[in-house]
Amino acid sequence: MRAMFAAFAAVIIIAIAAPFVLEQFGFSSAERYSASDVRLD
Amino acid sequence: MRVLREIAIGMLAALAFALPATAQGVSTPADQPVPPEIQQSLDDILARQAGTGERRQPRDFDSAAEQASGISNQLGTLGGASDAEVWEALRFGTSGVKVSAGGDQARVVMQDRGMWWHEYRDGPLATYGGYLLLAMIGLLVLFYVLRGRIRISGGPSGEKILRFTAIERFGHWLLAGSFILLGITGLFSLYARKVMLPDPGTESGLNTEEVIMARQDGALVETLLLASKWVHNNVSWAFMIALVMVFVFWVVHNIPNKTDLKWFAQGGGIIGKGHPPAKKFNGGQKIIFWSVILFGASISITGLSLLFPFELPMFAKTFVILNDMGVPGLLGMDPYPTQLAPHEEMQFAQLWHAIVAFVLMAIIIAHIYIGTVGMEGAFDAMGDGEVDLNWAKEHHSLWVEEVQAADKSGAQATPAE
Repeated sequence: MRAMFAAFAAVIIIAIAAPFVLEQFGFSSAERYSASDVRLD
Repeated sequence: MRVLREIAIGMLAALAFALPATAQGVSTPADQPVPPEIQQSLDDILARQAGTGERRQPRDFDSAAEQASGISNQLGTLGGASDAEVWEALRFGTSGVKVSAGGDQARVVMQDRGMWWHEYRDGPLATYGGYLLLAMIGLLVLFYVLRGRIRISGGPSGEKILRFTAIERFGHWLLAGSFILLGITGLFSLYARKVMLPDPGTESGLNTEEVIMARQDGALVETLLLASKWVHNNVSWAFMIALVMVFVFWVVHNIPNKTDLKWFAQGGGIIGKGHPPAKKFNGGQKIIFWSVILFGASISITGLSLLFPFELPMFAKTFVILNDMGVPGLLGMDPYPTQLAPHEEMQFAQLWHAIVAFVLMAIIIAHIYIGTVGMEGAFDAMGDGEVDLNWAKEHHSLWVEEVQAADKSGAQATPAE
């Protein structure tokens, strides 16, 4: 059952990490929907 | 100068007398009596809403056209000179619309297929999708009542054989755990408002307090929907990673062969006596595998299209290919539309995502049943990875022979062989 619980933990970790990773790669909504001359920070 | 002053005073005096007369002469629409032939009572309105009343005659003096600004006004209508081609271009295309940001989708001013999508989503999709899942659960309950739990014929031997390694089980549970979360949050997104929210507008029996309560429920449902959307969007990555993992692990063992035909001929052991032979995966499991891979891939692709709105349009291209293949003709349908607004692409992505997800959920409910309550000894394969030897011999006789032969020859046998 260890593999099962490890996998469930992985689901949670991946879900929490996903938004940060996407933002890192420039996939935030704000970045996708603004032109280059918009300052977001 | 004197003459001029007298003329001016005279004109002002004339104006002072004329103004009240002018004010009385102009009457607002509200002042006009409603002609008896178009007067209506509450009964008339209710009858019309119920579809049994007569069609109401327009009150011309109160119509939108009458209220609109004049043709010469900046915001006036074009009247009979309204440019049909301009409106058609706005409705069906994006020609002439320029935007400084927002991409192609921002150039769409009108998108008249939105209501079709909305009605299909809340109507047939939600209704028949729900029936499909309930029907599958009903069938499984019936099967359980008629057949009961499938036992190990010879009883458990007590001897164990390794069926799935830890990494295989990890991949399986990564897929299973994420799919269950995605299924629950997906169903919640589709049904929450429909099921959990009474509509104060149509529920005439609600009193004020109940309407307030309904609105509070609404706020709660909206919060839960936002949370549900977050889970659905972010858990999707675990599903996609796991889908690739299980494909790599098991594709070799899921290529159809002649053994599967024998397995299906015996209905997997339901028809006739004894268990049909099978390798690592039997015919039924191969159907589950390919359903998960193909439907899972389809759900993933449309899901990515929904995760990154307007960035992955695919339906217009797919429809061109299907039209070229003559698929609509074979199904007795008109050719599929090949010119889609960006929003229509998203609408088709949502519908296809949900339709395929319903089918896969129905299949997976059956898979969960057979892997848990439906069959003795089956859960062990994914629990600690080791199954009872008698169970393995009954359901995967050829695989057991292969494993034992490999053990005897002293080779480094992998459980997958």
